[in-house]
Amino acid sequence: MDVCKEVIALIELTDISKSYGTGAGAVEAIKHISLSINKGEIFGIIGHSGAGKSTLLRCVNLLERPTTGSVKVGDVELTQLSTTQLQRERRRIGMIFQHFNLLSMATVRDNIAFPLELAKLPKSAIKQRVDELLQLVGLEQHAGKYPAQLSGGQKQRVGIARALANNPDVLLCDEATSALDPQTTNAILSLLMDINDKLGITILLITHEMHVIRSICDRVAVIDGGKIVEMGDVLDVFLKPQHSITMDFVSQIADSFDPRELINTRSGRLVKMNYVGEITYEPLLFNAVKSTTVQFTILQGTVSRMKNTPYGQLVIEFIGDNGEIDNVLNDLRAKGLEVGELK
Amino acid sequence: MMLKQGIDWSDVRWEEVWKASKDTLTMLGASLLFTIILGLLLGVVLFLTSRRQLLDQPVVYWLLSLVVNILRSVPFVILMIMIMPVTKALTGTTLGVQGSIPPLVVAAAPFFARLVETSLREVDRGVIEAAQAMGASRWEIVRRVLLLEARPGLLAGITITAVTLVSYTAMSGVIGGGGLGDLALRYGYQRFQTSVMIVTVGLLIVLVQILQMAGDLMVRRFSRK
Repeated sequence: MDVCKEVIALIELTDISKSYGTGAGAVEAIKHISLSINKGEIFGIIGHSGAGKSTLLRCVNLLERPTTGSVKVGDVELTQLSTTQLQRERRRIGMIFQHFNLLSMATVRDNIAFPLELAKLPKSAIKQRVDELLQLVGLEQHAGKYPAQLSGGQKQRVGIARALANNPDVLLCDEATSALDPQTTNAILSLLMDINDKLGITILLITHEMHVIRSICDRVAVIDGGKIVEMGDVLDVFLKPQHSITMDFVSQIADSFDPRELINTRSGRLVKMNYVGEITYEPLLFNAVKSTTVQFTILQGTVSRMKNTPYGQLVIEFIGDNGEIDNVLNDLRAKGLEVGELK
Repeated sequence: MMLKQGIDWSDVRWEEVWKASKDTLTMLGASLLFTIILGLLLGVVLFLTSRRQLLDQPVVYWLLSLVVNILRSVPFVILMIMIMPVTKALTGTTLGVQGSIPPLVVAAAPFFARLVETSLREVDRGVIEAAQAMGASRWEIVRRVLLLEARPGLLAGITITAVTLVSYTAMSGVIGGGGLGDLALRYGYQRFQTSVMIVTVGLLIVLVQILQMAGDLMVRRFSRK
């Protein structure tokens, strides 16, 4: 028994491959992916369309059966289960979809009750649970409506309530906000974060929007051509993207951080600095230069938050005595900033 | 002669018209019931066995599809005569209301099955996927997702099938099937009693009209889009 709060893997994909067709015409959608998702975290998989992220997500509940590899969710090897056993296990894995996939002929209440009826709960228990869920997603007023009468955001709330009905350990999100406008997207994202926070449900999501990753994910994997090309804490990946695909995605939300042009046109010493956490809101630069004759100009930069962590990323030009600038930079490094000279 | 003297309404024997109407309604009701049961079953199996669907059995699909196509390509008049031995074995007679029900069902069920297959195909794949993700079995998906979601399409299909059956019942008059078609044939055609012809055709029009309106009403009642 682990007494301390340790990182426990809830989903373990080991050497997953998925190909369609056979022989020379076979297409490999996923190539030897191994991935471990920790209990309680929000893990994002980002990739362009056709990168294989949707197939990968569907391998977790075996909507797509991987050609080779092992899928473990909470210590149960899903690929070894019989059809009935798999159906039972799937109740512990909720899923929401880009296009909501609600029963159009059933009311909001009946849609949410559907998984509970499949689980053969008694009627009174179903009613009580549906009421709870309606409240959780804020749709008490709409219980009797049909999906066609709801907005996109409301439909996704029904989808979320339905996915949570059987108290799953995992919630899979398949481009859950891609069909929604930016405002609704943020509302749904904060609902997901709330659920993760309050209920401790592990969330695995796929998206092509960096905004989604930045807003709620703890860790991220970048997928391209059926392979994971980069993986790590969102902050690390975001601040120091290694792969060109990752840089593409990062540039979706940050100003493009290509300082080459600046290097050629500016005469002073150019420095790029990254910083994370509470120091973001301290007057670091001012304090560093105030007792010197060094001057500085911010040429480019972002100061923002990633999930709940503030961070900054700046390109600064320092003008003045070289020795003094060195002292300033060392001073900043000592405060915990990551400082790199561009020129 | 008939044209010169106008239409002689005294030819119409109303108690026969009444009996023929009842026969037509009985044939329609009974054959529609069996057609819905058999056609629904066949349509669901066709849908499930087709490529990339829940059962995905291309060979079974191909065979069923072939049978359906064969039955649908034989003209109803010929089909009635072809399956007379079957009819006789099932109902003990090839005549009257009873004798006309098996050929009506054999002709209409494959037709309805195709309509069922088509409306099931209209069901959003995503909804089926969602049900699978929730741990629904195939049977639960058929019963609780497919048949529910396809309900407006199925009701429209039943309406079309019922109207088709009305014209088939009229045709079964050719082999002594009874009903309004039989009446029109025996009096209107063979005895040149135009008045009987007009009455029977008029009644058939009213019947079709009522069926279509009732069907449309049901479709509208159950549409949620």
